[in-house]
Amino acid sequence: MRLVLEKRLEQSQLMLIMTPILSVVGVMIIGVILFDALGFDGFDAVWQLFITPVIDSYKWRDVATKAAPLILIGLGLSIGNRAKIWNIGAEGQYIVGALAAAGIAVLTKDLTGFWIIPLMLLGGMAGGAAYAAVPAGLKTRYGVSEVLSSLMLVYVSLQLLSYLITGPWKDPNGMNFPQTAQLTDAQLLPRELGDTGLPPGLLFALVAMIIFAVIVDRTVFGFSIRAIGEAPQAARFGGFKSNQIVWSALMISGAMAGLAGTLEVMQLTRLNLGFPSGYGFTAIIVSLLGRSHPIGVFIAGIVLAVTYVGGQVAQTVVHVPNATAGLFQALILFAILASDIFVRYKMKIKTNKTEVQS
Amino acid sequence: MTWTFLIDALVTVIGITTPILLAASGELVVEKSGVINLGIEGMMLVGAITGFAVAFEFSNPWIGIGAAALAGVATSMIFAVLVLSLGTNQVATGLALTIFGIGLSSLIGTNYTGFAALPFDPPFPDALAQHPIWRVIFGHSVFVYFAFFLVFAIGWFLSSTRAGLVLRAVGENDFSAHSIGYPVVAIRYAAIAFGGAIAGIAGANFSMVITPMWAEQMTAGRGWIALALVVFAGWRAGRLLAGAYFFGVLMTLELYAKASGYAIMPSQFWAAMPYLIAVAVLAFISSRDGRSGKEPACLGKPFIPNG
Amino acid sequence: MTNFSRRDVMKAVAAASALPLLGQSASAADPLKIGFIFLGPVGDYGWTWAHNKGRLELEKALGDKVKTTYVENVKEDASAIPILRDLARQGNKLIFATSFGYMDQVLEVAKEFPDVKFEHCTGFKRAPNVATYNSRFHEGRAVTGTIAGHMSKSGVIGYLGSFKIPEVVMGVNAFTLAAQAVNPKIQTKLVMIDTWFDPAKETAATQTLANLGCDVIATHTDSPAPLQFCQQKGIYGFGQGADMSKFAPKAHLTAIEDIWGPHYIARAKAMLDGSWKSEDFWEGIKEGDVVISPYNPIVPKNVQEAANKIIDGYKNGTYDVFKGPIFDQNGAEKVPAGKVMSLGELATIDWYVKGIQSA
Repeated sequence: MRLVLEKRLEQSQLMLIMTPILSVVGVMIIGVILFDALGFDGFDAVWQLFITPVIDSYKWRDVATKAAPLILIGLGLSIGNRAKIWNIGAEGQYIVGALAAAGIAVLTKDLTGFWIIPLMLLGGMAGGAAYAAVPAGLKTRYGVSEVLSSLMLVYVSLQLLSYLITGPWKDPNGMNFPQTAQLTDAQLLPRELGDTGLPPGLLFALVAMIIFAVIVDRTVFGFSIRAIGEAPQAARFGGFKSNQIVWSALMISGAMAGLAGTLEVMQLTRLNLGFPSGYGFTAIIVSLLGRSHPIGVFIAGIVLAVTYVGGQVAQTVVHVPNATAGLFQALILFAILASDIFVRYKMKIKTNKTEVQS
Repeated sequence: MTWTFLIDALVTVIGITTPILLAASGELVVEKSGVINLGIEGMMLVGAITGFAVAFEFSNPWIGIGAAALAGVATSMIFAVLVLSLGTNQVATGLALTIFGIGLSSLIGTNYTGFAALPFDPPFPDALAQHPIWRVIFGHSVFVYFAFFLVFAIGWFLSSTRAGLVLRAVGENDFSAHSIGYPVVAIRYAAIAFGGAIAGIAGANFSMVITPMWAEQMTAGRGWIALALVVFAGWRAGRLLAGAYFFGVLMTLELYAKASGYAIMPSQFWAAMPYLIAVAVLAFISSRDGRSGKEPACLGKPFIPNG
Repeated sequence: MTNFSRRDVMKAVAAASALPLLGQSASAADPLKIGFIFLGPVGDYGWTWAHNKGRLELEKALGDKVKTTYVENVKEDASAIPILRDLARQGNKLIFATSFGYMDQVLEVAKEFPDVKFEHCTGFKRAPNVATYNSRFHEGRAVTGTIAGHMSKSGVIGYLGSFKIPEVVMGVNAFTLAAQAVNPKIQTKLVMIDTWFDPAKETAATQTLANLGCDVIATHTDSPAPLQFCQQKGIYGFGQGADMSKFAPKAHLTAIEDIWGPHYIARAKAMLDGSWKSEDFWEGIKEGDVVISPYNPIVPKNVQEAANKIIDGYKNGTYDVFKGPIFDQNGAEKVPAGKVMSLGELATIDWYVKGIQSA
């Protein structure tokens, strides 16, 4: 008798939706027990972690602010995921995109005009795409795994950031602290969209989601991405060139990461050493949780943002230590990753004589 | 330049290099079996706090090291079950493991901050360990000797034993290995557990010898350097040793240059060098024909046998 | 249509459940709520630990009159903004942001909550409801530098720094000038390790300094790791931010302790009696913000007396380590004889004094 996983003929739609919900609920229950054991009011802690960010309208702004970069980067990554191209180094492209935008800011600091912000946004996208071109070139030219090359380049980008803000781009009025000058009014997007209190990044994320949904489902390019991922031989036979796909997938995700980086610089109004927030890595998880589908990525980004914001709330209200909140997030991730299996596979108990379905 | 000067500099190099060498050695075995575990940093931190706490409670560093190894194994098993038995994405799971390890270690560590560890003397008698010349060989912590032993043992294991051959086969072509009858999943479990144990020991190196105390996130990113090192080494044990010491020498040279008033290049350049070289190495080895020194073909791909 | 009413319901539920986040209106009998945001964990035995110690002293001194809250591991990026907002919305009327990197975030949130008072540590930008505060750590460096000048047999002392920012430059300059007052030929070797916290790298850097001849080493980074190596090697060092003698009883000569309690207590009292104003505080030995911990018995009596003389000098205003003539590394005279550097000049300093070997 043993438990085996048997691939389902088609993905279980029911499980697709149920598993994340069940995982979160499951971890919430574990959380109440865990926090009680640690001496906190378990129910209150879990409430603050999960429920408050969702129902407290003040917190929606924070959730949106955290979710926007995750969604943007995640959307870009989901293109690559479908083609089985894994851009682990999105964090590096996020940083380089931000640097590109910051560089434009340095050049235009005494200028005004409506063209500055679009230029920064485009520059950020271009910077991120250019940085992603390196692993793309290495893969197509030398067959280098993009997982490894893009990961190494993340560390290079961190050093580049450090060099630029402690050297050539250091704020002359910043008391010699390692940071850039503040962005001028002409270089900043408004903090919120009108009266909603929501950040502009969310609008970008929404628009991007729609665009990506159209691309993936309705264009030949989108079809080719999925084909290369699922049936590479057949795809090549059908004329889709895998090299082109590699370049497109990596540069698109690089551009999205660069865009997220640029928007984040505008949020912070400058670059400092604390800038790399790990969004590039978290977005990998977001894109996978969202099953690499644009709407899924959007929702997954919100879910992860909720855990971040919830962790902060739990810290201030319930005085749960920061470490515990992080631990919690990891448990949720494990649970969602683990339960994912039931979408694509069925558990069966096999004996030598009969097969019993679970 | 006196001998003492060189010996002291070498001691610094060895001290910096050893934890990275340990962590990378463990990950090498894991990756050879076809699995990429990005959670090294998390496992190291869990090992660091466990080693420290147990050694502290029992006043015995050896029990501490053992506990650190076990803690590393336990942590790695979370990863193993998810990735091997439930088929989750290795990259995402490894990242989640890092977050988990950071959080868990911080939580356990809240009761242990501000304590100094017991001194953990070198395993050789003082006459040798403190000797002005011979200390360069005999004056190191047990972790250093273990690291050297380990890298040679792994190299021998992979190239000269049947078990090592099977491990490599599993990493290069899991379906073939499976059809021949090798238990692919069990072998990968073992490899991941081994990697976890070694990562735990590497973490204990920090909290018990290098800076005998516990502080949150005290490994400061060494786990990621270990990952780069495995790539840099082209998945070969001998090159791993050379590469680790290359890193260590670079880092030490940078410090000496700064302290002496020289800044030939901005320090960020030196810090970025190992990663740039790793990328160059990747390009070089991948473009050559033949499979030696390339990444294991199944690296990162889940293995789910049919039926 | 349905969406609209659902949103109404959501808002109502939100309002009801958001009570923990909204502050109750303060009445005279309610304790003053004070919030803190910390860069690191309170267990770091360094910068944050010292601030938390100050917070605990505040609680002890003012008892029922105050209620404090803290958030640790707050990154110096945009994520500090929601945390500061939450603290304000929870009814905290005085909020301390304990690191430089919170500057823009504090100013931003301060605009949204004009009746909440903020204090930014080591910052320089103020607003009607934002004050800044700092400690004159360099006064402590003058004391340790004096001791180093006496205790160093090799004539070479070491300094482990983090980044080339004014605070660190001030520190190594003060350390060196004080040592030179004892031994004019003394040299300081300086290494910047580009981080505030990395115990392994701190140890390696300390080993490097020791190997290059330093026999007394001071640090500006956070962990006790350098001291542990000094103990192994048989050389001397100083504790940073806290008394670290238990990590290295033989090597630890004394420590510069960051004492934030008096400032926090004074400012809380100012809130309670309504006298809080936005100003800049830069307090040192005189006000009790910088304390030198007990001397290691190894330190000879005459050296202890010399060190005490510096402390007293700061207390009664007769001594300042930054009194000219002071020359920079190229030998140019930066401060003429008899003149004392102003706090403003110190706050923006970016040059090293002669005798410091560094890139």
